[in-house]
Amino acid sequence: MSADALKELKSALPDGIYRAVVDLMPEKVSDSKAKEIARKMLEEYERMKVEAGESVGLVAAESIGEPGTQMTLDTFHFAGVSEMNVTMGLPRIIEILDGRKTLATPMMEIRLKKPYSDGQDIKKVALAIRETKLKDIASQFSINVAESKVEAKLDVDKMRELGITDAVLEKALKVAAKGLIVDIKGEELVLRLKSKDSGVSDVFKLKERLKEAFVKGVKGVSQILVVKKNNEYVVLTFGSNLKKVFQFQFVDETRTTTNDIFEVEDVLGIEAARQVVIDEVYKVIETQGLNVDIRHLMLVADVMCADGKVKGITRYGVVRDKASILARASFETPIKHIINASLYGEADNLTSVVENVMLNQPVPVGTGITKLATKPVGKSE
Amino acid sequence: MVFGLVSKRIDVRKHVLVPKHEKLSDKEKEEVLLSYHASVENFPRILKKDAALFGMNLKYGDMIRIVRKSPTAGQTVFYRVVVLS
Repeated sequence: MSADALKELKSALPDGIYRAVVDLMPEKVSDSKAKEIARKMLEEYERMKVEAGESVGLVAAESIGEPGTQMTLDTFHFAGVSEMNVTMGLPRIIEILDGRKTLATPMMEIRLKKPYSDGQDIKKVALAIRETKLKDIASQFSINVAESKVEAKLDVDKMRELGITDAVLEKALKVAAKGLIVDIKGEELVLRLKSKDSGVSDVFKLKERLKEAFVKGVKGVSQILVVKKNNEYVVLTFGSNLKKVFQFQFVDETRTTTNDIFEVEDVLGIEAARQVVIDEVYKVIETQGLNVDIRHLMLVADVMCADGKVKGITRYGVVRDKASILARASFETPIKHIINASLYGEADNLTSVVENVMLNQPVPVGTGITKLATKPVGKSE
Repeated sequence: MVFGLVSKRIDVRKHVLVPKHEKLSDKEKEEVLLSYHASVENFPRILKKDAALFGMNLKYGDMIRIVRKSPTAGQTVFYRVVVLS
């Protein structure tokens, strides 16, 4: 195989295509033939490139928008776990591309280290991750008005199963409510406030608050589901808290992911967030049986992450950064933008597409992007 | 304490979602700027406090080379410029 023919290709072609060429090159090939193949390959590659001036953003918008009209508005339910459903379809895509901070269904996919990924102690693993609230281990909450205290009955078996000792519980409850006196005697749990003059309404509020008190696990993870993926046990959670979950020894922190883009941005950085935007949108499109080229999604994700922070495609996100007032005004809330622009004396240089469409001028896209220049030849008198 | 929380030092650079980030030298930066016919302000940005840049000694205007895995091109190179906020 001709080495220098390939050398030229390596610098000119993307890595993936170059490797495909090397793989497909016939074993016995003369130098001149190899050079010919390389030349044809380069020619073909150059022809396939997007032309300068092509409005790729518009093409991406259409390519994502059209299949969007065919998407279901449904959520996807896990069999057997009624509380656990996942936002899918169009609502999920809108959620991602708008850059919403709070998701309808934040989820984590927790990968485990060996041997836990083979199923060892999987129940303990699951219970350690899941958030336990006081109401999960105690029942029969009642208010003793005479002594202004809250009484409840603890489920001792459940506590043992979850590995919650009396001391752990007492500490957790004291964090949840300040100035609390906790009394645990076997199954009996008695709670009262330190301050003597606590009225009935105070005690009632205390009761309601303590029911939701966090005892153990990862805050926010209300549901868990253990599934087997490719011969490996994976914990799916409803609720997301990457930072906390990374602190568990049995969690493989190199492969655990979440669907919350802002959390990924915070914990893993902007590049990881970009990848999650692509993965999440593509996942939705794939499960709907639609077909969108991933390059469109990569473009959108690049735009959303260009500023170092994740920005949605909204008037608060990427649209706000547009230089042109008319372009911003044409997106949403036109009057607000125009009034603000006139207050601050902004100018519009008409350098981009939308504003020129509005003014019926040639648009700097495609053939409109070139300008005519004259190059004088010879001396002019 | 296998099932309890421990404070584990986490290197996010090892995470599957995080591509390789490296700081360019001034000479490399000049070459990149020349090859794109662009100035620093035209490049995509990355915050100095970005999790993937942890432990790097950076200042405003430094350029980061990011080698991404790409489903279409195998591997692509992307550049970002460090900004403070």
